[in-house]
Amino acid sequence: MSDFAVDVRDVSKRFRLAHGQYKTVKERLIHGGKRKSTEDFWALDGVSLTVKEGETVGILGRNGSGKSTLLKCICGVLQPTSGEVAVRGKLAGLLELGAGFQQDLTGRENIYLNGSLMGMAKRDVDKVFDAIVDFSELEEFIDGPVKFYSSGMYVRLGFAVAVNMDPDVLVIDEVLAVGDERFQRKCIGRVKEFQKEGRTILLVTHAADTVRSICDRGVVLSHGHLVGEGEPGEATRIFREGLMAEGAGMAVADPTLVAVPAVPTSVSADSVPDDERPVRFRSVHRVYSGDNTVPYMSTGDDLTIRVEFEALHPTPDVVFSLEVRDIDNNLVMRTDTSIIGMVIDAPRGVSVMHFGIVKMPLLDGKFSFAMGIQSRDGLLYDWQENAGTFAVMYPGKAAGIMRMDVHAALISTESELDSSAALA
Amino acid sequence: MAVDVPAASSGAGPSVDDVAEQRVPDRSPMASEAMGLGAREARRGSVTRVVTPTVGVRKRLREIWLSRELLIYLVRTEIKVKYKNSVLGLVWSMVAPAMTLAIYFFVFSVVLDNKMPNFVIYLFAGLLLWNLFSLGVLTGTGVVVNNAGIVKKVSFPREILALAAVGSACVFFFFQAIVMVIFMVVLRAPPDVAYFPLLVVALLAGVILASGLAVLLSSINVYLRDTQHLIEVILTAWFWACPIVYSYQTVEAKLGPRHLSWVYLANPMTPLVLVFQRCLYNKPTAVISGTLTVILPQHGYLWYSALVGIVLVLGIVLFLVALAVFGRLEGNFAEEL
Repeated sequence: MSDFAVDVRDVSKRFRLAHGQYKTVKERLIHGGKRKSTEDFWALDGVSLTVKEGETVGILGRNGSGKSTLLKCICGVLQPTSGEVAVRGKLAGLLELGAGFQQDLTGRENIYLNGSLMGMAKRDVDKVFDAIVDFSELEEFIDGPVKFYSSGMYVRLGFAVAVNMDPDVLVIDEVLAVGDERFQRKCIGRVKEFQKEGRTILLVTHAADTVRSICDRGVVLSHGHLVGEGEPGEATRIFREGLMAEGAGMAVADPTLVAVPAVPTSVSADSVPDDERPVRFRSVHRVYSGDNTVPYMSTGDDLTIRVEFEALHPTPDVVFSLEVRDIDNNLVMRTDTSIIGMVIDAPRGVSVMHFGIVKMPLLDGKFSFAMGIQSRDGLLYDWQENAGTFAVMYPGKAAGIMRMDVHAALISTESELDSSAALA
Repeated sequence: MAVDVPAASSGAGPSVDDVAEQRVPDRSPMASEAMGLGAREARRGSVTRVVTPTVGVRKRLREIWLSRELLIYLVRTEIKVKYKNSVLGLVWSMVAPAMTLAIYFFVFSVVLDNKMPNFVIYLFAGLLLWNLFSLGVLTGTGVVVNNAGIVKKVSFPREILALAAVGSACVFFFFQAIVMVIFMVVLRAPPDVAYFPLLVVALLAGVILASGLAVLLSSINVYLRDTQHLIEVILTAWFWACPIVYSYQTVEAKLGPRHLSWVYLANPMTPLVLVFQRCLYNKPTAVISGTLTVILPQHGYLWYSALVGIVLVLGIVLFLVALAVFGRLEGNFAEEL
């Protein structure tokens, strides 16, 4: 047997979805002990998962895919209907920060209470007490009742208690998303420290970026089944593909992603007289270079934007401009054919031109682009604010906005140091 | 439910045996230098938790034992929270029983003139145990529902919550017992020291009985919320079924000739209350209005011991059954709460 830290063996969990249940004696008597029509719902269906010691595994899945149920089974908060979970070492579950806090007790008293809820002896809590207070940054408030804490303080204390319990296995359920950004970074830093110390971490998150930057491995849950497992990038891809296939979740939240104009973008009728706008768009398509079976491109692929335009009469020196924007409508890049150094003389009738973006440097995201046609001296002939969109998925590990080729070198000898200083 | 299982233990499932062999995982030198790794390493090899659909009673008992410190914390928390922001604090835990005591004394001794000597001591002896029992069962019943937040989010042996309710009732018992001692000193009513060991056993039996009921009812209450209200009514009736405000002998006089005393003694609280009275009140008979009247059963030490022994065994059986039932019902707590 491998040196597992958490071994989930064929775990299933059934919930009875009663359509309103008879909870009182009266109701039960009236209905003659019959149960209301119930519907079985398998939140988990035969899930097996082995997490090795020292591994960090991220669990991805839509809402209701069974992620939290799985974590609860691992933590022992829920008992599986069948199957079992073996955990080696001490486990700390962060299903909800500050779950065991008593409103009326002070922060200090709550640290001890929470510690003992997690199975720690008082003398062990004594040892880490200062570290907890330190980490939570609540020195001044530690002797005040937690009911007066702000939600941020509450969460900080909860996280501080859990991570200082010296667990071998840390189970985190989307709690990293709380607190202010600085504290979030601190939490992630602490999680990374845990990894370095060879502890095992299991986390559930919606943020695929978190999985990519922290995890060694990702697993994807869907409808209570384990549908994918692999490198973080691979798991993220499976997760996103699943989302798109179901046309749900993220994709629904962002209609531009599904509503890619595969059909010609009609050009709006304009008040500008025809002879003042001799050139206009007929259609705009965007074509991914890679695998065309998926509705997105990968970082490093080429993107071609195919523009069909019509000129009423031969027009010399036409400039096409392109603006790429991110989901928040921030400008990513603007360029035009004159910058590129191209002179286009539009012949009468319909013509086609291509914009090619070579080796897409952007990481994940949905982007939109706008296009314009103008004369060299700036007279706008036509403008398409929402000419189209494209989606990029990055299978690698780096997080952020764009890919840069980063090299690292170790300079060890003094002479090399000197020479590098000389270079600088 | 998660259980800490020492890998060396016998009788654990095959899954645990697999784990028993210690292995030292391959690790980078940097990692092994990390703080506290040595201690963790040792622990990791030796302890495994297994979460299974059901947990045996024996495992549950061990788990409760391992969480004894948590039990103490929960009891302290409950008492602290209960009297937080109240000026008199713990004094309130004595005011309510004192009031009950005063009312019963007034009604039975003054209005009804039952002429029992030191009736306060007699009343108090029975009430002492009854208050422990009823408070423990009553608060214990609602404990899982009232702590839904913790039950749904934190893994720990949930029976502890019910036990903590009985535990805090024990603390109040302790405070009331101090008052009882003061009463006995003031009224110069010495207890029967010979019965003291039996009193301790009776107290233990009472605590186990209350714990068993609290554990059982707290889990049932999750599914049938009426339990909470039902138990209030039952406890009121139960109180009058115990010889606390009247003497055992008044019932015995009516049932004895028909050989029905056992019906009355079938109430497990009756023998326990009788032992408390026998020890603390220490007046099996008294001269009332010139005639010798029997107040407590005229049996010897052995009779009392046998009854308490039976209740103790009954209590233990009930407790184990309660744990088994709790284990069965616990699996769906999270969805019912």
